Amino acid sequence: MQDEPTPTELIKAVADFLRNEIAPAIKGHNSFKLRVGINALDLVTRQLALAEAGDATEAARLKALLGADGSLMELNRALSAKIAGGEVDLTTPGLPEHLWQTTMDKLAVDQPNYAAYKRELGK
Amino acid sequence: MIETELNRCVAAFHPGATGVTGAAKLSGGASQETWTFDIVHPDGTIGAILRRAPPGYGAAPGRAAGLDAEATLMQLAHDAGLPSPKVMHVLAPEDGLGRGFIMARVEGETIARKILRDEEYAGARPLLARQLGRVIAGIHSLPQAKLPKLRSLTATKEIEDLSREYHSFDWPRPVFELALRWLRDHDPGPPSEVTLVHGDFRHGNLIIGPDGVRAVLDWELAHFGDPMEDLGWICVNSWRFGEIDKPVGGFGTREDLFAGYEEAGRKAEPDRVKFWEVMGTLRWGVMCCGMMQRFRLGPDHSMERAMIGRRASETEIDLLRLLAPRGK
Repeated sequence: MQDEPTPTELIKAVADFLRNEIAPAIKGHNSFKLRVGINALDLVTRQLALAEAGDATEAARLKALLGADGSLMELNRALSAKIAGGEVDLTTPGLPEHLWQTTMDKLAVDQPNYAAYKRELGK
Repeated sequence: MIETELNRCVAAFHPGATGVTGAAKLSGGASQETWTFDIVHPDGTIGAILRRAPPGYGAAPGRAAGLDAEATLMQLAHDAGLPSPKVMHVLAPEDGLGRGFIMARVEGETIARKILRDEEYAGARPLLARQLGRVIAGIHSLPQAKLPKLRSLTATKEIEDLSREYHSFDWPRPVFELALRWLRDHDPGPPSEVTLVHGDFRHGNLIIGPDGVRAVLDWELAHFGDPMEDLGWICVNSWRFGEIDKPVGGFGTREDLFAGYEEAGRKAEPDRVKFWEVMGTLRWGVMCCGMMQRFRLGPDHSMERAMIGRRASETEIDLLRLLAPRGK
């Protein structure tokens, strides 16, 4: 068992230091790059917090939709092939809901400030 | 120093010019660079832009129109009275500057967030969609006989290109599959008239002033195809920068865009425009995935590229909003 602090706590501490102490002192193109770097660290902490639960519910939905078992990657490949082949479409019960929930869970990690995501969260 | 070559070059093409000052690189990939500089002249300095492939770089890759074609298109647009910088000189081998051209520098803003938020542009924002509709119509009406050689693109070919590129990443994305399927099922076929298409008409490639649009830049992706492609691309949500209820660039309505387009004597076809908006949304998504590939495989191991890879999911939610909208 690895000791504390957790990866999330460590990354958050570094991101907060960069955001609060370093960013105000940096100018020009490096200030833009630093902001991108801080965003990346924030994304990683969101993924560490959210991905496990999101992946589990995504896998459960995929198994129900496909009536098959497998890794998340295998299940997504199988669903992609069925959509491409026209075997399932937006009239297939559960498919639109699955695509929406999976996409919302990705945005919650990738870009929770994306305006379209915030709009859909309110629905 | 690039100023040595520029000094010689401007003296040759601009009578009375005594040299250049303030040369600075604005942007540059491996094969293409943009420089700003001032031409010194007894009547006053003249702002100029150099767009070039440095010596040693060959023809433009894949989809690119090529710098010679870009220069021709910008000059034709300028001559037609469209907002386009005057092309001052097309580089010749003896200039020693590589391939490319020198154009007049147009002052104004290209950064979307400033154009959409700053008070300075508050008066321009309500006018832009209609103005841009007229400009796009002007581009589509440039005299065919004078146009340079460009690639042709059909909806069917673009779907297959996107499909091939997406599948080359070998990372399953059910929403992209749904979009590809929708595009194949809704392929509108050849347009009634094939025209010049700018190909990248959006924020970043438009210089905006408080008075409205001042210049259209970056004809790198110009081609022949369905004129509705340009109208669809500028409606892609990725170019609204948060102003999602204003489909045209985050500042205007489709109705205004189409009205401007029709004022200039052309016909807008909303169903085709929607098709190209879906195509454009998917295209930007595939481009984001491509950035991720280049981050992982290429020499440019940058954070920016890596993080753009994580923006593909933005296009997935945009595609779902277009193809499988949910109720309130």
